[in-house]
Amino acid sequence: MNDLVRAFAYAAARQGELVEALQRHLLLVAVALGIGILVCVPLGIVTSRSRVAAVTFINSFNALRVIPSLAILFLALPYFGPSQTSATIALTILALPPILINTDTAFRKIDPAIREAALGMGMPQREILRRIEFPLALPIIITGIRTAAVEVIASATLAAFIGAGGLGIYITRGFALYDTAILLVGAIPVALLAIVAELGMGSLQHALQPPRS
Amino acid sequence: MKAIRFEQVSKRFPGAPRPAVDGVSLHVEAGEFVVLLGPSGCGKTTLLKMVNRLYEPSEGRIFIDDTEIRQLKVTTLRQQIGYVIQQIGLFPHMTVAQNIAVVPRMRGWKRDRIAARIDELLTLIELDPAEYRGRYPAQLSGGQQQRVGLARALAADPGVVLMDEPFSAIDAITRASLRDELLRLQRKVRKTILFVTHDVEEALRLADKLAVLRAGRVVQYDPPFHVLTRPADDFVRDLVGAQDMVRHLSLLRVEGAMIGLAGGAGPNGGPTVGRHDDLRHALSLLLRTGAPALTVMEGGLAVGRLTIAGIGGAARGRVEA
Ligand SMILES: Nc1ncnc2c1ncn2[C@@H]1O[C@H](COP(=O)(O)OP(=O)(O)O)[C@@H](O)[C@H]1O
Ligand SMILES: [Mg+2]
Repeated sequence: MNDLVRAFAYAAARQGELVEALQRHLLLVAVALGIGILVCVPLGIVTSRSRVAAVTFINSFNALRVIPSLAILFLALPYFGPSQTSATIALTILALPPILINTDTAFRKIDPAIREAALGMGMPQREILRRIEFPLALPIIITGIRTAAVEVIASATLAAFIGAGGLGIYITRGFALYDTAILLVGAIPVALLAIVAELGMGSLQHALQPPRS
Repeated sequence: MKAIRFEQVSKRFPGAPRPAVDGVSLHVEAGEFVVLLGPSGCGKTTLLKMVNRLYEPSEGRIFIDDTEIRQLKVTTLRQQIGYVIQQIGLFPHMTVAQNIAVVPRMRGWKRDRIAARIDELLTLIELDPAEYRGRYPAQLSGGQQQRVGLARALAADPGVVLMDEPFSAIDAITRASLRDELLRLQRKVRKTILFVTHDVEEALRLADKLAVLRAGRVVQYDPPFHVLTRPADDFVRDLVGAQDMVRHLSLLRVEGAMIGLAGGAGPNGGPTVGRHDDLRHALSLLLRTGAPALTVMEGGLAVGRLTIAGIGGAARGRVEA
């Protein structure tokens, strides 16, 4: 309790720094997720239609994920230096697999009869994708984005280790000074962000789910 | 409604030892209800799917009226053909109304025309538009879903409707009522229908003409009572089980056995049957009333006479005068 009060006081005294750290954090998350979505949704559509592509991409993305994010950060350092770029690369790699796998699954799960009906009534392929397949796949894709978002929000704290900012700065600082209160200034907003992402995407997914009965 | 003509159509799938469809020539008249009947794997679906070009023939040509189907853009062709499949394939994220509206929308119909058409079709399939328009497929029973599937296929008033075992996945009682409903619809809207089934009773009940397929070939193409009573070979005889007369009477319609009356007259007071009733019902009515003949009615007018000899003749494959 005492720590909480002190954390609040610490944050209040550095509002400007906290807001900037939050903004940096959100930017890192948004860019990593944005790239993840732009790459993996189209790629997932491709892999859902080709066994070879599916095996290749899903396995290699999963293999990448096995490398700890911290290791990726340090691996990226020699090429991009201690920068947001390095942090973004590490976070993007984390975001890729859940979005890819869910997109792939979502398109595979579409009942072939639905495609046959659409094709048989003369709907052009482009429109089948846009009006039928994509809306049906969307709830599962969003579940993947949700998983990625929660992981990336938590992992973005690692960016502070290489000086790329974000809410992680309070965690590294708290560690360095052996001060739990400072650590909480970073940890509590991160936890709240993760919860907001989880709940927000969850309800979005729910809203997009076609009624079952 | 439009005629369909198959000319020496064959389909060979890559790697298959023999063609799935083998030199089929078939002429389906405009407005005719033709059933493709045969055991599983005999090529019914393949033949059907060549009409809307989900499959392309390896050889031969298919015409709708006088147009070779390959002369049309494939999406244009398909938009002019209704397609109903066993798995129904309604779009789960669209309401009943949106499902029905798909083809009219693609064809650029105006909003009010589409809305009016949706209500007209829902009324036709006996689903209250106000209640069902806004429902999602998951909120309908299997039978209701397939009726919506049928409405969706009829939406843009296609000249041809293809149906691939549309009732096979539906429970027996609902299936029977769907068949009756389809016949009632067909009397109302008159489409050229190609209907695939492996169910003999269904085929006999629905068909104006029956195309019996075996290993990719049409072995007989005749009206149902003709197929029943004069099967082209042992294969057809075994398939339709031609010895079981009484059962078959219940599948044959009065119109196939009656003697037509020119002009049409009022009822004459004796027992009557409907033109589309089955022969078993007609026979039991004849036996019960002891009347020499039944007057066949349609729309309040006498259109024919049916005698025991006529029924027997139909059962044996002759319509006696
Ligand atoms: N897409 C396909 N690829 C390869 N073979 C097929 C394909 N579709 C059907 N066949 C084969 O063609 C034959 C006829 O199949 P089908 O037309 O589906 O029969 P039916 O509808 O009468 O049950 C079968 O031997 C089947 O295995
Ligand atoms: Mg079939």
